[in-house]
Amino acid sequence: MATKKNIPVVEWEYAPSLEGTSHIQLKKQYDLFIDGKWVKPSSGKYFQTINPANEEVLSEVAYGNEKDVDLAVKAARKAYTEVWSVMPAAERAKYIYRIARLMQERARELAVIETLDAGKTIRESRDIDVPLACNHFFYYAGWADKLEYAFPNRKVESIGVAGQIIPWNFPLLMAAWKIAPALAAGNTVVLKPAETTPLTALKLAEIIEASGLPAGVVNIVTGFGDTGAAIVNHTDVDKIAFTGSTNVGKMIQKAVAGTGKKLTLELGGKSANIIFDDAPIDQAVEGIINGIFFNQGHVCCAGSRLFVQENVADKVIAKLKDRLNSLYLGNPLDKNTDIGAINSKEQLETINKYIKIGKQEGAEMYQPSCSIPKKGFYCPPTLFTNVAQSNVIAQEEIFGPVLTIQTFRTVDEVIQKANNTPFGLAAGVWTDKGSRIFNLTTKLRAGVIWANTYNKFDPTSPFGGYKESGFGREGGLHGLSSYVKLV
Amino acid sequence: MERLEVLKTYKIYIGGQFPRTESGRYYMPVNKAGKALGNICLSSRKDVRNAVSAARKAFGGWSERTAFNRGQILYRIAEMLEGRRSQFIEELILQGSTKKAAEEEVNLAIDRIVYYAGWCDKYQAIVSSVNPVASSHFNFSVAEPMGVVGVVAPENSSLIGLVSLVLPAICGGNTVVVLAAEHLPLCAVTFAEVVNSSDVPGGVINILTGSNKEMNPTLSTHMDVNALVYGGNDSAALKELQENAVLNVKRVFAYSNNWAKADAQGLHFVSDLQEIKTTWHPIENIGGATSSY
Repeated sequence: MATKKNIPVVEWEYAPSLEGTSHIQLKKQYDLFIDGKWVKPSSGKYFQTINPANEEVLSEVAYGNEKDVDLAVKAARKAYTEVWSVMPAAERAKYIYRIARLMQERARELAVIETLDAGKTIRESRDIDVPLACNHFFYYAGWADKLEYAFPNRKVESIGVAGQIIPWNFPLLMAAWKIAPALAAGNTVVLKPAETTPLTALKLAEIIEASGLPAGVVNIVTGFGDTGAAIVNHTDVDKIAFTGSTNVGKMIQKAVAGTGKKLTLELGGKSANIIFDDAPIDQAVEGIINGIFFNQGHVCCAGSRLFVQENVADKVIAKLKDRLNSLYLGNPLDKNTDIGAINSKEQLETINKYIKIGKQEGAEMYQPSCSIPKKGFYCPPTLFTNVAQSNVIAQEEIFGPVLTIQTFRTVDEVIQKANNTPFGLAAGVWTDKGSRIFNLTTKLRAGVIWANTYNKFDPTSPFGGYKESGFGREGGLHGLSSYVKLV
Repeated sequence: MERLEVLKTYKIYIGGQFPRTESGRYYMPVNKAGKALGNICLSSRKDVRNAVSAARKAFGGWSERTAFNRGQILYRIAEMLEGRRSQFIEELILQGSTKKAAEEEVNLAIDRIVYYAGWCDKYQAIVSSVNPVASSHFNFSVAEPMGVVGVVAPENSSLIGLVSLVLPAICGGNTVVVLAAEHLPLCAVTFAEVVNSSDVPGGVINILTGSNKEMNPTLSTHMDVNALVYGGNDSAALKELQENAVLNVKRVFAYSNNWAKADAQGLHFVSDLQEIKTTWHPIENIGGATSSY
């Protein structure tokens, strides 16, 4: 029995509560999904996708190249011209509804595969990623035959073939964010999942196949960066949608320059989470934890810069450290787990690089003493205090469970500090004072503001950034405009 | 003895001031008849940077004005332009318009300013939304100006093209740096004088004359410019702007409308230059009172 402040504390472990994997169906090898058929990659090459929680191989996935992308775009063009763009909108909607239902029916399987392939906790895959993905299809399905209500005084047309490239942090959810509005607006799709997390997109392809969606309306081409580049550079693609890092986003923006292709970018962030002294501190601490450690910090809108009002800083930091010690790091399939595996070895190296830089810059690091599984990629939740605005760890996106903590005294000071970044994706504000919330939500230059909450998502709620966090919105009414041509 | 006419020195407009270009350079565009239009400032890269600084400085104040007040100020621009009708018509004729075309262009410019003055306190209600999220949160999305907008005015229009691109930008709370039509610059300079006498705060509209080829790279690579509007029809120039925009992920909008048409205006010219911001807040969900009493 340990003691804390002379109060005896019972140290007890949770009994493991593992989600079963016996019901999931994973093939040993996946081909490309082009024109409604499973097609071998023209290069004959496949790559392995592993479980980052234990480094075991899950499956082999086709490595699509330029030729395969060309086939997919041709299939998408044909489906667009002959079927999808001329189908009555209400019928289009019914196909999308059907996909949503089939996803719900297979929700458990999708959640388990997501956790296996991405390393995220089963609680999150089950309660957030998969339901949101299903709901996204439900939401946009209903828009298909109501588009003229969304754009007053304009005539709405579809764009054509959309090339979509998605990241590894929310693999199925991002596929839903991209595919659902594109289809609803009457476009066809060539989608490339991330190389470390292709499986749920391929399961989605199976669902799409089962739904009877006309061949070629959705094509899934797995591969690496060069596969994505082939999509971006294909001359018969009319629209590019990309979610990922700001660096790659800039490369894509440059590649698209002068081509007339429509473009939306959801890029990086370094979002501020601001705690005022009148905030309900315990809720705020939960909000901070959720803000930065949700999905191991692999969240573009993660609240990675914490600003605490000086007079409550000691209290908040003490409570945070306390809370860090109660977080459960380990097997993502365990329903007790709060922090799962880092998505890849490469990403773990990036995070560790930044942790090293943070220490070298003179910031003080705090990590709880938690045991780390021997196999797999893990990073304990990490706090940095004594952080300067100029520190690299306070400026660059780390994309891991690393929080920098700074303090402030006045409202104006924290607005300046929060906005002093090239990014502008999201921000959090914690205060009991309504007028202050509206002051801050107005002045923070970011696309999503969470007031007294954090990391909430919904299909009806537009998401997207200011400045170098990209342009265009996904979700809600505003998400439609990324996939329509207005005349 | 015939009275000697007092000629006008055409200047540029930065931060509410009328300096000549800091470079001291000029160029002399000529009209179709071969007559020189005047010594026009050949603005430099430094002028572009000064204009961007002025626009950034003005952004906070302008974007925080009430929508009503912005509408009043835009309407005032129309009033001032109306008072200078004859001057604009003369300049348009000097630059090659027929009298009839010049009159029509000025009329349309005034009407278009009134049109956008009216949008100032209305677009928000149309492009905003309250979103029915599936959790106990109040969630709404509102439009906010993008910030500093670089405007490359159409090359084939002296007045109406400039007005058509600048007004929707400032209607939505942005501030602008405008590169005037290189070979038809007179109305841009006179428009600056109208703006300056219209209660528009200094720095909200900044207008430079000179070589677009020279100024485009500075404007499009500037890290404090949030968006670009291109009104020209040179695809190579547009591509250059789009490539340079990558540096800080600028939003680029290219319009190729015939601005002389009465319907070449609309809400989307305002809403294109708006960001959508979504705010979430929890809804208290305790207590026994219901709305069914």
